[in-house]
Amino acid sequence: MSGARERILARLRAANAQAAGTPPDVAAYYGARAAALGASPREVRVARLCECLRASRADVIVSPRGEWTAAAVAALRRRGVGRLAHALDPAARALVAALPPDIDAIAFRDPIERWKREIFEHCDAGFTPAAAGVAATGALLLNHGRDLPRTLSLVPPVSLILVDENDIFDDLHSAASAQRWAHDMPTNRVLVSGPSKTADIQQTLAYGAHGPRELVVIVVTGGEGAA
Amino acid sequence: MSTHPVEFVSPTQFRARVDEALHDGGLRENFRSAMQFLRDKRASQFPDADEMEGLRDVGEAVRKHALAHLPALLEKLEAQLRARGVHVHWAETPDEACAIVHGIATAAGARRVIKGKSMVSEEVELNHFLEARGIECLESDMGEYIVQLAGERPSHIVMPAIHKTRRDIAELFAEKIPDSTYTEDVDALIRTGRNVLRDRFMQADIGVSGVNFAVAETGTLWLVENEGNGRLTTTVPDIHIAMMGIEKVVDTLEHAIPLASLLPRSATGQATTTYFNLITGPRRDGEQDGPREMHVVLLDNGRTQAYADEQLRATLQCIRCGACMNHCPVYARVGGHAYGTTYPGPIGQILSPHLLGLEASRDLPTASSLCGACAEVCPVRIPIPDLLIRLRNEANRQPDDGAAQRLIGQGASFSVGQRLVWRFWSGIYASPARYRLLRWAATRLRVFTPRAQLGWTQHRTPLRPARRSLHDLMRERRQAK
Ligand code: SF4
Repeated sequence: MSGARERILARLRAANAQAAGTPPDVAAYYGARAAALGASPREVRVARLCECLRASRADVIVSPRGEWTAAAVAALRRRGVGRLAHALDPAARALVAALPPDIDAIAFRDPIERWKREIFEHCDAGFTPAAAGVAATGALLLNHGRDLPRTLSLVPPVSLILVDENDIFDDLHSAASAQRWAHDMPTNRVLVSGPSKTADIQQTLAYGAHGPRELVVIVVTGGEGAA
Repeated sequence: MSTHPVEFVSPTQFRARVDEALHDGGLRENFRSAMQFLRDKRASQFPDADEMEGLRDVGEAVRKHALAHLPALLEKLEAQLRARGVHVHWAETPDEACAIVHGIATAAGARRVIKGKSMVSEEVELNHFLEARGIECLESDMGEYIVQLAGERPSHIVMPAIHKTRRDIAELFAEKIPDSTYTEDVDALIRTGRNVLRDRFMQADIGVSGVNFAVAETGTLWLVENEGNGRLTTTVPDIHIAMMGIEKVVDTLEHAIPLASLLPRSATGQATTTYFNLITGPRRDGEQDGPREMHVVLLDNGRTQAYADEQLRATLQCIRCGACMNHCPVYARVGGHAYGTTYPGPIGQILSPHLLGLEASRDLPTASSLCGACAEVCPVRIPIPDLLIRLRNEANRQPDDGAAQRLIGQGASFSVGQRLVWRFWSGIYASPARYRLLRWAATRLRVFTPRAQLGWTQHRTPLRPARRSLHDLMRERRQAK
């Protein structure tokens, strides 16, 4: 349908649209807001993130760096998780090493075609590390790609996400500019702010519409570097 | 589950349907309370008026900038998408768009399509097209699923099943979903829907989604949702097809950020949605999941007509939040189905004339009191009332007056009789002598005023000129001093 392409573009060009007004300066807008509010200290960002996530019904656990795997195991136990799906990133390896014998670790190393049914029907939880947190809206960034399949945080009924307090930004704009998102887009960046939900039946909120019914977030505190 | 033939309504019977809707007490109650709920939710998201106005300024500037550079940005988007291995298709008409999707399905031997929410696919009536060719097309957004199960169409662009009560849905599920028992418990109903659809996600060959913002700079599709069905649709099936209007493009990733803040706050009164799903290309080498093949369908369908006119171009700034309908006193009373168009409410009234032509949609721009509530809440500041007036004028112009930018269906409401009445009127008002003569005749001959005065006397008592004209009364008063 290249004819359609040429005709559509020709019609648009014929309109001779002029750049209306001043071009948008999104950075200036957010910069001015940040200046007016003042940069918030890390504790405030962490607190705000937790507050927003809890308001969207996430279970948020703040844990010192050395204890997060134990906290995660306890959270999985409370939910009766028997099978945990995970990728092969360092945080997942640390968690797997700490799993008790009654929780099976299932590594996601094959193309999904080979184990679609498995993840859809037999995994109770999926673990994913977040690359950033957005305090203003309580959102967590998952950079899905080679090391992190997207299905992990989507299909199992419980989604377990780990975020480092050093990666929490004030708002989406500061996260995207500090981490230079536009420079290197992975196949699928997802911002998650709670368990899956819907209000499509008479504006009544119900959780677990299609994605996870529960979101468990572990915020690790203290020290530097990867968890 | 068997899907029903979709019921097609046309905007030409608008008046009859409005009448019907106004007499449906249940429907009016549903809409009234739902709209109030959404208005309150939105208001709670904008406690700081300065922040809101500042953000709306940025949002408007972003959309205006994208439109000002639309042809170049579309080419940039196309190039970026292609560089990531995405197939890009262009469609001028709904049929072309449907044929493209059908062609992709045929080439892949696909029989089952699962859909995330996409207003463009509603606009082109994709389900109907594919079902007629033996391809199952299942909606997975809960609201869309409910509407499809009922054989209806969405009544709201964000909340498709807003016209239905919990009880309606309970009855529908019990009747249509095998092995389900009647329940009015919302959690149980959602669980039922989830279970039905989960299997379908696993089996689907193709996922069709919409697009909220398409970022030209990176070739990224930005999708906004709460349920996770959009993520499943764009992740699990082997082929992902995204359908979008050509106006959905923005220049940079940074430009999408204020829009992604305005959209959920204006639409459902949430600070953010559960998921922002940013897709940049199909599954890459070494990745374990995601679609292996990805397509983007760019649809015109009348948008270039709106684009051609500087004033009407603002219609394309829309980010489909639905706030204008939530705040519209007409929409809140007649509901979404009365409009008979894919896009109801104020945005539908200004967009549909380009999609369908003024012939079929000429009454839509008249369904407004011009109260201005829509423009007041629109996150990208579309001057909706001005556009409604403009479209009213276009509908009443002479059909062939040699206008440089003739809208399809221009002059659809034009009538020679009306034109003559206005000529007569202006003739009288343009000449003092004629005006005096009319005044004299109107006051002296007032007893002969007809009792039936067209539309006016349908609901009101007839008008009759006063015994004395204001001019006469004033003259007497001045003389008496
Ligand atoms: S016209 Fe404005 S208020 Fe209405 S849907 Fe579009 S962006 Fe939202």
